[in-house]
Order: sequence, then C-alpha cells, then structure tokens
Amino acid sequence: MTVSVDTIKQIIRPYGDTTGDAMVQVSFTLPVPHGPRAESAALQLAGKMGLDPATVVHSKPMGPDFTFFIVYGKATHLIDYAGIVVPEGREYPLLTPKQVNLAIKSVLGRKLVVVGACIGTDAHTVGIDAILNVKGFAGEKGLEYYREIEVHNLGAQVEVAELVARAKEADADAVLVSQVVTQKSAHIHNTKQMAAAFADAYPTSVTGGLGRPLLVAGGPRFDTVRAADLGVDRIFGKGTTPGEVASYLVAALVPSWSPE
Amino acid sequence: MSKLGLDPAVVAKARRLAARAAEPIIEMARTHTTVSVERAVLRLAGVTGADADGTPWVNRIADAVREQVGLEHGVALPVFHALREHQDPRELVRARFEVPEGAHAVRAGKRAREAVARGIARIDANRAERDRLLGKHGDPDPPWVYLIVATGDIHEDIPQAQAAAREGADVIAVIRSTGQSLLDFVPEGATRQGYAGTYATQENFRLMRAALDEVSGELGRYVRLTNYASGLCMPEIATLAGLERLDMMLNDCMYGIIFRDINPKRTFIDQRFSRQIHARAGIVINTGEDNYLTTADAVDAAHTVIASQLLNERFGHEAGLADAQLGLGHAFEINPDLPDSFRLELAHAQLVRELFPDAPLKYMPPTKHMTGNIFAGYLLDAFFNLAGVLTGQSIILIGMMTEGIHTPWLSDRDLALENVRYVRRAAGALAEDFHPAPGGLIVERARRVLSETVDLLDRVADDGLLNAIADGVFGVTRRPADRGKGLDGVIVQADGYYNPATEILQERP
Repeated sequence: MTVSVDTIKQIIRPYGDTTGDAMVQVSFTLPVPHGPRAESAALQLAGKMGLDPATVVHSKPMGPDFTFFIVYGKATHLIDYAGIVVPEGREYPLLTPKQVNLAIKSVLGRKLVVVGACIGTDAHTVGIDAILNVKGFAGEKGLEYYREIEVHNLGAQVEVAELVARAKEADADAVLVSQVVTQKSAHIHNTKQMAAAFADAYPTSVTGGLGRPLLVAGGPRFDTVRAADLGVDRIFGKGTTPGEVASYLVAALVPSWSPE
Repeated sequence: MSKLGLDPAVVAKARRLAARAAEPIIEMARTHTTVSVERAVLRLAGVTGADADGTPWVNRIADAVREQVGLEHGVALPVFHALREHQDPRELVRARFEVPEGAHAVRAGKRAREAVARGIARIDANRAERDRLLGKHGDPDPPWVYLIVATGDIHEDIPQAQAAAREGADVIAVIRSTGQSLLDFVPEGATRQGYAGTYATQENFRLMRAALDEVSGELGRYVRLTNYASGLCMPEIATLAGLERLDMMLNDCMYGIIFRDINPKRTFIDQRFSRQIHARAGIVINTGEDNYLTTADAVDAAHTVIASQLLNERFGHEAGLADAQLGLGHAFEINPDLPDSFRLELAHAQLVRELFPDAPLKYMPPTKHMTGNIFAGYLLDAFFNLAGVLTGQSIILIGMMTEGIHTPWLSDRDLALENVRYVRRAAGALAEDFHPAPGGLIVERARRVLSETVDLLDRVADDGLLNAIADGVFGVTRRPADRGKGLDGVIVQADGYYNPATEILQERP
C-alpha cells in the first residue's frame, strides 16, 4: 500500500503551555454597559469565533456605554500545516533605509534621482506625499529621508509634458506618479498618457531604467489592471509604505546589489 | 534650585545666541506678508463661508485683490475701499479693486480696523470666557493628560473625546487629516471624512469645543482642546482657534519646513502672525521638537532639540507669548536597547525642565521604537510616564501601545490612561526624591547636551538660520530658503502696507 503525498496531514493547534491545548487570548470591546449580560454576550462572541470553552478573565467598564474584555479560550479550529503554501513574497527583498543608501552609494556612486507628481487634474497629493515627504506613512519616513535619494516632488496637477521635461532636466532614475481621483477612469487614462509621453521622449529606451526612467504608478484603484497594460514598470496599491517603494527602486535600478 | 548644577552663564549665553540667530528672521517677518496672513485679516474682519465649489470667500477675495492690484499693500485697504459699493462677499469677488490714497485710504483703513477689532474683541471675550470656565469647573493639576482622537468624522470624534475626558484626559487633540497642511485653503463646515484624521474647520472647532464644555461641566474640570496651527494656512487656523476658543495649538517654528517641505520664509512669516494671535487669545502653543527625534537619533541629536526650543522661545517671546504659553516639545525616543537609555532620557527631560522652568513643557511618548509588540510597548510607555513624573513635565501626551499600528481604539486609550494613572499614583511626588548624583551619568550627560547646544547655536548665529535649515541641521532634512511649497504666497510689504490686525495685536491689550 502506498500513501499518496496529498493525504499526509500535519494538524496544528495554538500552543499555550501544553501541546494540543489550543489556547488563545483575545481582547475586544463591546458597545454595551458593563455587567453579567455583557459578559454573556462576550462569551457568545468567543463561541462564535470558535473558542470553546472560553473564559472572561477581565471585563472593565469604559464609560457608561462600553465594556472591555480579555478572554481566553480553546480554539476549536484545526490547521493543516501541510496544506499551507508559502506565500508568494514581493519580487524584491524589503530593505532598511541604511541598506537602500548603501546599495545606491556603493553601486551607483551617486544619488538616485526620483521625480514625483500627481498628474492631470488630480489635486490629491496624499499618496505621493506619504511616499516622498520626510513625514512618511505608517511609521516609515518618506524617500526624502534617504540620504542617497534626491527627491523632486512636483506636487499636484502637473501636466504630463512638464513632468517629462522635469524628469529629463533632473536626469531622473525613476518617476513616481500617484492617482487618487478615479472618476471616469481618469487614473487609468492619465497614467497611460504619461507612459506614452515617456516612450516618445525616450525613443531609444529598452525598458525602465535602461534609456528611460523607471515609471511607477501608485493609487488605491489600480487593482484591476496590470503594469504592462498601462505601460509602466510597477504599480503600487493602497497601504504601500515608503520602504517598499525604496526597496523596489533598488531591486529594479541597482539589481547587482544584494543585502548579503 | 538646579538638580543638574547647570552653569547660569552657559544658559544665558545659549539664550543670547538664540536671540542673535532669530533676529534676521524676525526682521524678515516684519517686512513681509503672505496670502494666508491676508486671508486671516479677512477672517478677523468677519468674512466667512465658501462658494459653491467649497473655495472659501477669503481665498476668492484675496486672489481677486492680488490679481488686480497685488497684495503688497495688504488686503485691508483695497477690500474696505471696495466695500463702499459691495457688501456681500459674493459681489466683492467681482469688484474692481484699487489701492486707495489720501482721504480714501484713511477712511478705508479706519473701517478695516473697526471690523478687525470686532474679531479681536471676540477673541478677547473667548479668553475671558475660558478664565471664567476655569474658575467655575476647575483647572486640573499638572501634568495634564493629553489624548488624541482622529476618526476623520467629527461626529464620531465627539463621543470619543467625551469618553476620553471622562476617563481622565485633560487635553483633547483632534489630529488633522493627512495632507491638510499642504492645502492652501481651510475647508468649510462640519466634515465626516478624512485620511487618518479630521479636517480642521471652524465648524469642527466649534462643535468639539461645545462638546468639551458639556463634559467639563459634568466632570467639574475644564477640558482643553488642541488643534494644529501649521501648514500653509497657519495664520488662518490660528485665527479660527482664537475665534472658537481652542486652548492649545501645535505651532512650531520649523516643523512645516522640515517635515512638510513648506518654504522657510513662508513658514516664519506665517508663524509670527499666528503667534501674535495665540498670545492675544491666551492659547498655549505646543512646539514640535519631538519630531526631530523621529528622523534623527535621539542621543546624537539631543542638542538640536534644545537649540530649537531656545529659538522657539525667542520667536514666541517676540510675538508676545508669555512663558506660561510656551509648551515646548520634547520626546522619549532613545533606543531602548541602548544601555542606560532610561538614565539618558531622564538627563534630557530634566535639562529641558531646568532650562524652561515656567514653560508648560509637552513631553511626547515613544513612537520610533514601538514595534507592534503591544506588550513591550505598554512597558515602554510606563517608563515614559515615570520619566514624566520624575522630571516634572507639564503636558504628557499619552502613549498608545498600538502606536504605529492604527489610530487609537477606545480600548487603547483606556489602557493607556490606566497606565498613566497607576504611575502617577504609585510615584506620587517622587520628583522630590530625584537628585541625580553630582558628577554622575545624568548630570554629565545634561551638561554635555547643553554645551553642544551652545556650539550649535554659535554656528547657526554666524551662518544664519536659513542657511542652517538649508544644510539640514534640524531633523536631518535639507530645506533651502528658495524652495518648498508656498513661496509664491510670500509678498514683500510696500510702503503704505496696512494690516489692522498686526497693528492692534502689537499694541497689546
């Protein structure tokens, strides 16, 4: 008899202090006054979350209308670890600002030049500022913070022709555009128009970073399209942090460098 | 009595150098104006509201004046001259503007001053009302517990702010929507959508102050309200804060330059006007030195914090702010993996306390070394609270264990307040027993930071503050004086420039 590979299972449960005890701890707030009824509600929620049995170890009123709970319980859900596929990571390693600076300095031997803008009628600089401003986003500093990156933030409502001219003038390694407004698919249209303008302005270019700047588009509503459809090199979606963008720039523009 | 044994001569030298570095900037601010200063004058004169596209009338009017006759003479004379024929702002934006001369100028100036004086009288009345409410409800003992709300929806912020006050917050700050600092207009009305924060608008100010008045009465303790007079509309937001009785305002001399790439000249000119308003309104300003430590190393850059505080103090005094209105900022941001990190924090915090004995210092919790391990973060916040109590800080921003993960949940705030309440109760008047050993690590570290501050200010006074900012002395970022956002809104005053607000504010009450 043979056992086929796909029938091998590796069942795991959370670990408290004994293998298989399946104990987890959660905390949450319910919008109800503190008391026995609130505790029953918390236990019912725990049950529906798959914790059985569950115990409320702490409940505390937060003002007259809210109660905070800490609950311990036995998770009834099982995980087959054998069936867990290693998630496909980003195609580049995430680097610290120090590593990014080192990569640029040691391989390029000069600053990496980034030109950023909101193009077309879009006046929402939230996205581009989150990536470029020192202030940054999600606890990470923006690209201005990187000593080896020279940032030209052109701001909002920049015409495509001007963006191309400024990118040439600055000898940009990368051009970042953000697009928040999506009425009538303006973000798709604007980005395609920009890519076409760069293709015209750099007729001999091979690809992003070779003969023309790397083109990067960012915005919350690009999830239905692929970079190639727009003519850009990379799309970043909602929640992208400056560190991800910086790491990508290194991977794309300084490919010979590795953190090791 | 100095616990650190600081040399008064060194302290005096640091202040002299800061004053010398500040002087050319103050002179520039006196001789320039900005679009936002002029719009603030219109707001004081009673212009409110926005057109159908949401552009405030003050922007429409100031733009129209600038287009036709320029703003070199200020907005007051052309507008009040035109007001002979047009009363409604909707008509005024279509008026033919001219800079009046002779008797016309005298009459327009007089009417402008009367209108602006009514706005300033409202600010004075608000200050008196605050004093009355402080007497009626009671003023909490320091350190004041400072908490942030930031849902993006003012109607969601209000119950959260009231809940935080009931749980012990003395100061509520409503974080602004990301990017508001770069808007060259102040949005109008109550707002229900923002990015990681709530827009600062006059109506949002009014709603939140009213809600806190309600809860102050319930608690028998006046709960203060804070917002941000920063960014391209700093003077207007300062004005709205005065008009709606806000109590504290973030207002740093260099934050917008360094962290928002706002033009340095624009910032300093806007700031002087803003601080004159704050001085008049009895508003406590909060400065932003804590932010430098989020980009620079908290040990290496400690002296840049002190240098900036001395500059903020000088600019503040010149604009009329009293010591009791200078909420100078600093932060607990040293890497906790460093040996003696807590002793170094105590050295920095005690140094600031002793340099500015009468200032309501604002002490900021760790953010850079909050990793997402909420349990370790809770411990670090407890050490921060202890440092605050031990060194007699005045305004303690409450650290959240979920810092860097999300804007605070109701339960995050509740747990944070439990933390600070425990530390205050347990430590009591421990500051009385805190006497760093002479010649010990804390005393030596504080002296060294002070001496590095003197060296830095010496260089800045010689090179010029604008050059130092261009060279990246503060917060590591380089900001040349001829770059950055908002430079096109800076205007050299012509002979005959008239600003009734500045005139009244400089007379002092």
